[in-house]
Parts: sequence; structure tokens; C-alpha cells
Amino acid sequence: MSSTTVPTVQPAAVASTNQDRWAGSGRGDSPVARAMIHAGLFLAALIAALPVLRVISVSLRPDNRLLSRDLNLVPEGATLASYGHVLFETDFPQWLFNSLLITVGTALIGLIFAATSAYGFSRFKFPGRGVGLTALLATQLIPATMLLVPILILAIQLDLVGTYRGLVIAYAVTSVPFSIWILKGYYDTVPIELEEAARIDGCSQLEAFWRVLLPLSTPALAIVFLFNFLAAWNEFVLARVLIGSQTDLFTWPLGILRFQAQFQTQWGDLAAASVLVSIPIVALFLYSSRWLISGVTLGGVKG
Amino acid sequence: MDVDRSVAALSEVFSTLLFFAAAVALLEGFLYVVLARWLKWRLATPILLIAPAFVGLLALIAYPLLWELNVSFTNMNLSRLCDPGIPAGLLTECKGQNMFLGIENYINVFTRPVLQQAGFFQVFWQTVIWTVLNVAFHVGLGLGLALLLNRRIRLRGAYRALIVLPWAIPQIVSLAIWRTELNSEFGMVNQLLAVVGVEGPSWMTEPFWNFFAMVMVNVWLGVPFMMVILLGGLQSIPPDLYEAAEIDGANRRQTFRHITLPLIRPVMVPAVILGVVWTFNNFNVPFVINQLELETSDTLVTGLFRAAFQYNRYGFAAAYAFVVFAILLVFVIVYIRRSGALRSVNE
Repeated sequence: MSSTTVPTVQPAAVASTNQDRWAGSGRGDSPVARAMIHAGLFLAALIAALPVLRVISVSLRPDNRLLSRDLNLVPEGATLASYGHVLFETDFPQWLFNSLLITVGTALIGLIFAATSAYGFSRFKFPGRGVGLTALLATQLIPATMLLVPILILAIQLDLVGTYRGLVIAYAVTSVPFSIWILKGYYDTVPIELEEAARIDGCSQLEAFWRVLLPLSTPALAIVFLFNFLAAWNEFVLARVLIGSQTDLFTWPLGILRFQAQFQTQWGDLAAASVLVSIPIVALFLYSSRWLISGVTLGGVKG
Repeated sequence: MDVDRSVAALSEVFSTLLFFAAAVALLEGFLYVVLARWLKWRLATPILLIAPAFVGLLALIAYPLLWELNVSFTNMNLSRLCDPGIPAGLLTECKGQNMFLGIENYINVFTRPVLQQAGFFQVFWQTVIWTVLNVAFHVGLGLGLALLLNRRIRLRGAYRALIVLPWAIPQIVSLAIWRTELNSEFGMVNQLLAVVGVEGPSWMTEPFWNFFAMVMVNVWLGVPFMMVILLGGLQSIPPDLYEAAEIDGANRRQTFRHITLPLIRPVMVPAVILGVVWTFNNFNVPFVINQLELETSDTLVTGLFRAAFQYNRYGFAAAYAFVVFAILLVFVIVYIRRSGALRSVNE
């Protein structure tokens, strides 16, 4: 079955591949207007990129110049020493490894839970369905710090403090509502006739889900995986409460803020670690941003 | 990197996955036998599908919410720490002492200081100003940049990739960078100001400038998201409409007012709701940038964290949390009703 039978996820994603629709108006801009557009965009790009350039520059500084007031982008005596230090003489690689494990575990569990529940919400009518969907949306309004105390107490009772179990469970479950919304929205756009055809050919309902709907939903599943991955990867406050103060258990956000303690900042370590953490994420993000966006609007707009 | 530690971490996460698998298998097996085999109930399949997520949400969201509600009627704190437990009912006694307060906490939220000095309304207004300023700049600058990027110009892709950077970089990294760059002596911001001949303020200690810095950083962080969403909306407007308007003699302003704005509304309304909720609930930015814990820079959400984890007033913090949640809920309901967004939710 070719994937072209699936309706498109989001009009914007399609439109942006269509060259003719790029310009907002049919008219070309005059040279003056064009210069002003470039000026505006250049300024915005500069403001967006400046702190990034700056942190790269700081990460290249030699030890004795960390606190200089140098504004040059390539510092005098540029060196990779800070990278060496962060990678081989601090817990930073351990923190990255911890974060990666937690994040992958979380994203997998969250995806499986959401994929099946969303199927239930998309293809079946049952009492409480509308209420359930609205309640899922309402969970998104709960302030991040509201449930910290009860979750901490729950974790203490179940002996989950200072372990990753509690963190994985908490991340996975809290990611489920948003994921269900995105996936349900996507399933709704896949014609039910495809599954009906499969059932006529002898599939059970769950086989139709597994063999027809799921393969057709790979783009949406990828979005959800990515969303949950990024959310868990960047999470800070719950990790701070549940992991406690044992530094070798830290996830990288806890670790990186430790480099930047109140009175003495290890600028070199902080900058090098920041660059190392950001490179893969920025790459992943730029590569997938179009789908990420369609995911956000899908959940909200299409219902 | 310590090998033992890594192996321990690996086995811990792996065993959690196994635990999940086992728990789900048990639950599903039980439900299958009871609902599908014995009762042969029509709704067995959807229940089987939704059950794992439902149980998870019950345990990790509904139960903590009920717990929090129960605690909000008590004077629980670090020295009177009692767990109401699962069936519980109202929590009235702890270690032989009466701890039930009724709605006193809810009254105290509005009449007593929620932090050391700042009262609820001060923090509430700070939060409102914080939210309004941020969302206004996010939408204004985001729309402006989206309109610019929607023109037929060179280097479009490059501009877009650079402007999206603040969204792409992990937030904690951006915040750590900004906090360092706002250092009054060695930070980039004040050095750049010095180049223009202005003496930069002390961003961490002066209340006004600290708040200013929070908003500035969050605007920097949030504009790309809004821009990209609105750009998506702009690109989905059929160009024929602009051609028709041009033929009818509409000028640019009229075109913007009568074609662009109405047609990006369906994208803008949910984006604004998300923006308001995310900004209102934003913990990381006010917490990290407000390094010296100035109460003038606290929002309701960071205040909540301090009430619970620094002053350990659990009962009070719980009541306070419900007030904050209620404010957000009312706002969203009113906004959704007014704007007609999400009309199709239950269809």
C-alpha cells in the first residue's frame, strides 16, 4: 500500500514545499523594501545567534583568560583544553549517559501508551470519551510545581528517591496526555475504510491497527517520540527533586547548572559542556522542525 | 565515566521497562479475561486500549491531585508530615495533633504573605505583567519576522535557521549562558553596553533590571516558536486571494487587515493559548535568572516552589497551588469560549 493514500498532516507543511506559494504576495518587492527586509532579518538573526557564538568563543579560551573582557569571537591563544577537561575530568559524560538512558526509556514507554490509547479515542465511541479528552487537555494546565510534593512523598514511600525508576515513570506518564492528542488527531485523518478493507480480508481489529494504521502513522509516531524525547531531555525541576544531591546520578541539566554555582562559575567547563550538549540537539531539531511544528498545530487546531 | 555506575543506571532503566511491560501484561490479561471472555462486553476493546494510560494517569496525576486537595485543608509542614494515604478521607490528625484547618489556608493565600514579604496579589500582578509582556512580544515580533520571512528574498533558509536557534538549544543551556552573560562585570550584555558608552545595570541585584532581564531572556527564547507557527499559517493562505485583492485595488494595509489576519487566526488562537499557558507556568526562566531569589521577580509558579520546598509549608502551598490552577483554568475556558477555538474537540 503506498503512503500517498494518506491525507496530508498539515497544510503548511505542504505549502512550504510549493515554491509558488512562498511569497505572501504576487508582487515583487522594490530594491529598497528588499534591503529593509534583509536588514530586519539580519538583525534578528544576529540577536538570536550572538549568545551562541559567544559561548563557542568562551569555550575556546585558554585557562588564564576565562574572565577576560575580550569580545573577539576567536580568542587569543584559542584551545580545546576546556573540552578535554569537561570530557575527561568531570562527571559530564556520566550525566549525558544518564540523561540519554532516562530519555530513551521514557520516550519509548510514553509512545506505546499513547499509541494504543489514541487508537481507542479515535476509533471507538464510548461513554466518557469527550470528558476524557477534555480532561487530558486540562492536565496541561497544571503548574509544573503543583504536584511535586505529592509525587515526592509517593516516591519516598515507594523508595524511588535517588533512582531513575521514579523519574522514568513520572516522565512517561506525564507525557501521555499531549501525545494522545497529537496521535488521535493524526489517526482521525486516516480513512477508516483502510482498516475496514483489512478486516474484510480477515484481520482482527487489533491486527488492522497494528498492520494498517500504525505503519501509516509513522510520521506522527516520530513526532510524538521526538516531543517526549526533547521534553524529558530538557526537564529540570522534577529531576532536581527526585534525584537529590548525589552528583553521579545527575542528569545533564542538573550538572550543567552546577558548573555555574552562585559564587564561582567554571566558565570554561560550562561553555564547553553547553556546546557539546547543544550540537546533537540543534542538528536533530533543524532536521525535524517541520514535523515538530505540524505536531503542535495538529494537536490544537484540528482537534 | 564510571563503569559500575553506568551499568547500574542501565540495569535500572532496563528493569523499569520490564516492570512496565509486566504490569501492562497483567492488567491487560486480567481485563481481557473479565471483560472480553466472561462478560463479552461491547466496550471491551476500547477499555483494553485505554486502560494502561488511564491507570498511569490515575496514579500519577489524579491521585497526587486528590492528595494535594486533602493536604490543602491542613496545616501540614516539615515537622507535621503525615501522609493521608490512599483511601484516607479527610486528613484531620497527625501524630496525635489536630491538623485540620478547613478553608483557612485558602483565606491565608489572599491575606497573608505567600513568600517572606510578598503577598499573593503582588506576585499575581508580577505574573500577569510577565505573561502579558512576553506573549505580546512573542506574537508581535514573531508575526513581524514571519511576514518578513514570507517574502521572496535570498538567504531565506539561512535566516530562518539562525532565528530558530534559541528554540532549538536546550533551555537549560540557554539559561545558563544568559545568566553568565548577564554578569554585571564580565558578561557580554554589559560589555556591549559599555562599547556604546552606557553603564549597564547590575542585572542580578536590582529588582527592576532583574525582572527586565527575565522578560528579555524569555522573549529571546519564545519568539522563534511563535514565528515558525505563524509562518506556517501565512504559507497556507492561497496566493490567489492576494491577487484578487490587488485587482480590486486594496493597499497593503487593507490586504493585511482583511486577508492575512483573519486567515491566520485559526493558527494564531491556539498558539496564543499555548503561549499564555506556557509563559504563565514557566518555571525555568524566572527561577534561573532570578538567582538571588528576589521576591519582586517571583511569579506564582516559582512562588509555589518556594512555599513548598524552601519554607516547607505544604498545607499552605497546596491551597495556593489550587488557586493558581483555578486562575489558569478560568482564563483558558473564557478564552476558548470567546475565540471559538477547539470547537471541534468532541466531534
